[in-house]
Amino acid sequence: MALNLYDFSYTTLAIDQFLNEKLSPTGAVMTELVIIGILFLALYALLGLALIYLERKVCAIMQNRIGPNRVGKWGIIQTIADMIKLLMKELIPIRRADKFLFNLAPYIVIIGSIMAMAALPFAKGLHALDFNIGIFYVMAVSSIGVIGILLAGWSSNSKYSLIGAMRSGAQVVSYELSVGLALLSVVIFSGSMQFSEIVMSQANGWWIFKGHLPALVSFIIFVVASTAEINRGPFDLAEAESELTAGFHTEYSGIRFAFFFLAEFMNMFIVSGIAATVFLGGWMPFHIGNLAGFNRIMDYIPPIVWFFGKTFFVVYLIMWLKWTFPRLRIDQILTLEWKYLVPFNLVNTILIAFIVLMGWYFK
Amino acid sequence: MSAFTQYFTGVFRSLLNLWRGLMVTGKYFIGPKYIVTQQYPENRATLKMAERFKGEVIMVHDENNFHRCNACGICEINCPNGTIEIISDKIMNEEGKQERIIDKHIYHLSMCTFCGLCVKNCPSNALAFSQEFEHAVFDRRKLTKILNRPGSRIKREPRVPKEKTGDPVISPPAK
Repeated sequence: MALNLYDFSYTTLAIDQFLNEKLSPTGAVMTELVIIGILFLALYALLGLALIYLERKVCAIMQNRIGPNRVGKWGIIQTIADMIKLLMKELIPIRRADKFLFNLAPYIVIIGSIMAMAALPFAKGLHALDFNIGIFYVMAVSSIGVIGILLAGWSSNSKYSLIGAMRSGAQVVSYELSVGLALLSVVIFSGSMQFSEIVMSQANGWWIFKGHLPALVSFIIFVVASTAEINRGPFDLAEAESELTAGFHTEYSGIRFAFFFLAEFMNMFIVSGIAATVFLGGWMPFHIGNLAGFNRIMDYIPPIVWFFGKTFFVVYLIMWLKWTFPRLRIDQILTLEWKYLVPFNLVNTILIAFIVLMGWYFK
Repeated sequence: MSAFTQYFTGVFRSLLNLWRGLMVTGKYFIGPKYIVTQQYPENRATLKMAERFKGEVIMVHDENNFHRCNACGICEINCPNGTIEIISDKIMNEEGKQERIIDKHIYHLSMCTFCGLCVKNCPSNALAFSQEFEHAVFDRRKLTKILNRPGSRIKREPRVPKEKTGDPVISPPAK
């Protein structure tokens, strides 16, 4: 099927050629790295602020409130004001804390989530990394974050932090299994681990529609398990406010606290982006089979809009879960994972393998 | 029921319940009419406080500037914080008998916890709560108020038995 969509790789290639003409090859690579780094950091900060605003509004409306509405029109400058306040706060040194690890922990958390974000395809040809093992890479780097959480909890020299970090460790390690198995279902469907290949395989329909019920089941499992993996409510017992004040980041203040906060929200964006890419077609417009006319109309909406629209839809689903359900206990969380999600997931994976073997899905 | 069916019915029942919960918040998310927030300074003109809201203690005066306080002092005795001070006066009434009337019913708003014991215990229903809540002042002496208005007099009327409020009656302990 011919796709009349703009390919961003032409733009990136043109920039690359321009830089190679002006600079030495090493200089060109260095400049590109700096440009990409700045772009990603800017995107990271802006999206983080937008997500915090969105979260406060969604949470408020679900609790029959209005939410921030005083700073700027509809309160849109509220999060920027909060950020300025947070940046000006004092960094409080903790007595008898492990200074080095204490200062290192927020950076590990944030590096993990930026590395995972690099693999997201925002539009055709618009991604920083396009490995042939993209999904595997994302699974691997998203596990780095839990090291930061454990270090933060351990080095803070605080009971609350340590308990929060331990809970987080148990939770993240067990839910990674479900996330991996849920992603595996689409890997079986599309026959590739590369994100661009997975998106291209959805040109005639998204996997959630093409894959019948099993794909829907693995989408739901992915949303639930990744909510648990990013330590968000109702699985937020790593920072259970009512029990542990703030869990692993109790002792952090100022910009270091902001890093944890930002990383939490951006992790939500990243898992939503992966869910959108893998199950909902990523930047691929909504296509139905070979209906050329309908597909042509859908192509007029730019891929970036499709990607962010789908991602924010999944973000909304995750927020909906958080603001509806009360927090689970640690034993309930582990029961949910090992007694329900993993068996369902395994059976589902076998079912999908069988469906693919028999060719029963829409091709 | 075997453990196998129990497992699956448990899964489906819990999924159903979770869906029910999601529907509640989903309904709130779609309908802005469910928002209960009052935008206070903007809606000052139309703001309506609840009937039973305890803003501050007032003495009820009718249109002819009559109140019902006979300076018995029960409110002063009942107040846990010493918020109320009664200054009474003695006059001779037309029958030639000495009679106690209220001179100043002093109410320290700054010490009041709005427990409502004075209003509840007033035998002649002279006190009530108003819905006024904007109590902020720049001088705390302004929080000391005299509840009986200047020139007001007591209204003589047959005593009405107070309505039963349904509070549990605490019987004295048996010996």
